[in-house]
Amino acid sequence: MTVPQQQEAYEDIPGTWIFDAQRARIGYHLNEFLYSLMKAENRKAFLANEREYLMRFKLTEEQREAVLRRDWNRLLELGGVSYALAKLAFTDGKSYQYMASQMTGMTEKEYVEMMLKGGRAPDGWRSKSERPQARTDRPEAR
Amino acid sequence: MARIIAGVGTSHTPAIGAAVDNGKTDQPYWQPLFKGYEPSKRWMAEAKPDVVIMVYNDHVNAFDFKIVPTFALGCAEEFPIADEGWGARPVPIVKGYPELAAHLVQSLVLDEFDMTICNEMQVDHGLTVPLTLLFGTPQAWPCRVIPLAVNVIQYPAPTGHRCYMLGQAIRRAVERWPEDLKIVIFGTGGMSHQIQGPRAGLTNPAFDKAFLDGLSQDPERLVRIPPIEYLREAGAEAIELVMWLIMRGALGPRVEEVYRFYHIPASSTAVGHIILENR
Repeated sequence: MTVPQQQEAYEDIPGTWIFDAQRARIGYHLNEFLYSLMKAENRKAFLANEREYLMRFKLTEEQREAVLRRDWNRLLELGGVSYALAKLAFTDGKSYQYMASQMTGMTEKEYVEMMLKGGRAPDGWRSKSERPQARTDRPEAR
Repeated sequence: MARIIAGVGTSHTPAIGAAVDNGKTDQPYWQPLFKGYEPSKRWMAEAKPDVVIMVYNDHVNAFDFKIVPTFALGCAEEFPIADEGWGARPVPIVKGYPELAAHLVQSLVLDEFDMTICNEMQVDHGLTVPLTLLFGTPQAWPCRVIPLAVNVIQYPAPTGHRCYMLGQAIRRAVERWPEDLKIVIFGTGGMSHQIQGPRAGLTNPAFDKAFLDGLSQDPERLVRIPPIEYLREAGAEAIELVMWLIMRGALGPRVEEVYRFYHIPASSTAVGHIILENR
């Protein structure tokens, strides 16, 4: 039988922001904004004036800034869920793969090559305890 | 009596659907993957199910976060294809089986699984990519489809144990349906993958192989995998594999593995596939 998973276990995985109930709560309006980009007319309105369009939603100023900067990892930390963030990448005419490569700090080409070679091995990525640079992978929440 | 004749496990990576829709299946990147599904298409053409129960997850398309159902059963006559942000996939509309779906809901709730009932629901790549992989590109899907959407986006997802028990309850419900129907149940998503953060691109073929082995030989072991282990060992999005345990639970204790395929990559995903016939 399994036990309920605690926040600490999620937080121990390096380079990852688990979209749990607390993060979903923080990110609710951010994800509603991203969901709105499923409609072509909204994509157009957003691209015409990004800041103005963002003011239609109850985002925090930090979230708005992160959207404008396309700071993908910061958006994950502030409660954005990757599938919703993808709609922002698509609005920019980019692929999911592009967005993922940006999150890893690689170029899209480097990322595709890594995947063609079998992907990223889990060794060294299971726990922050085996990854001293985890602090840079995951900026501390403010 | 209706019978579940087989279970199919398969990844549902959106890029696979895009490769088919854009005529890229013969490109070197994609050719090995589609070759791996050729035997599966032949198997499906012979199996000729009347109904598919498709266990999948929505990816912020049918559901935003206004409502987050853990288990949602599609009870509609038909399910339109969602526009996920780049236009809807050019695949046939999905025809449901409202009478059987209503029976499943009634039976499952009384069996203590409190399903969310969806009388209108769009379906995204999580449902359509597995149909494409197993049925190809027909003018109309050759069978009816009952969607079962599982929340694996907002943690926690239901546990593997809960999913397995739901599968068992689905089997009991199906066997109480008097019509003579052949049903194939799909468990989709996975296998190892992570598509977010600096750790994106993670794969774990050893974990995936052990999972596939467990499906055919020792599902009780898989049921005990704690949720955190999927995340740690196989990537944040590998939690989708709990949906395969609904499929496995819906089969009997004895199954025969008739096909398996494994391939890396499809976009950021390790693609796994298995066909289990009920014995």
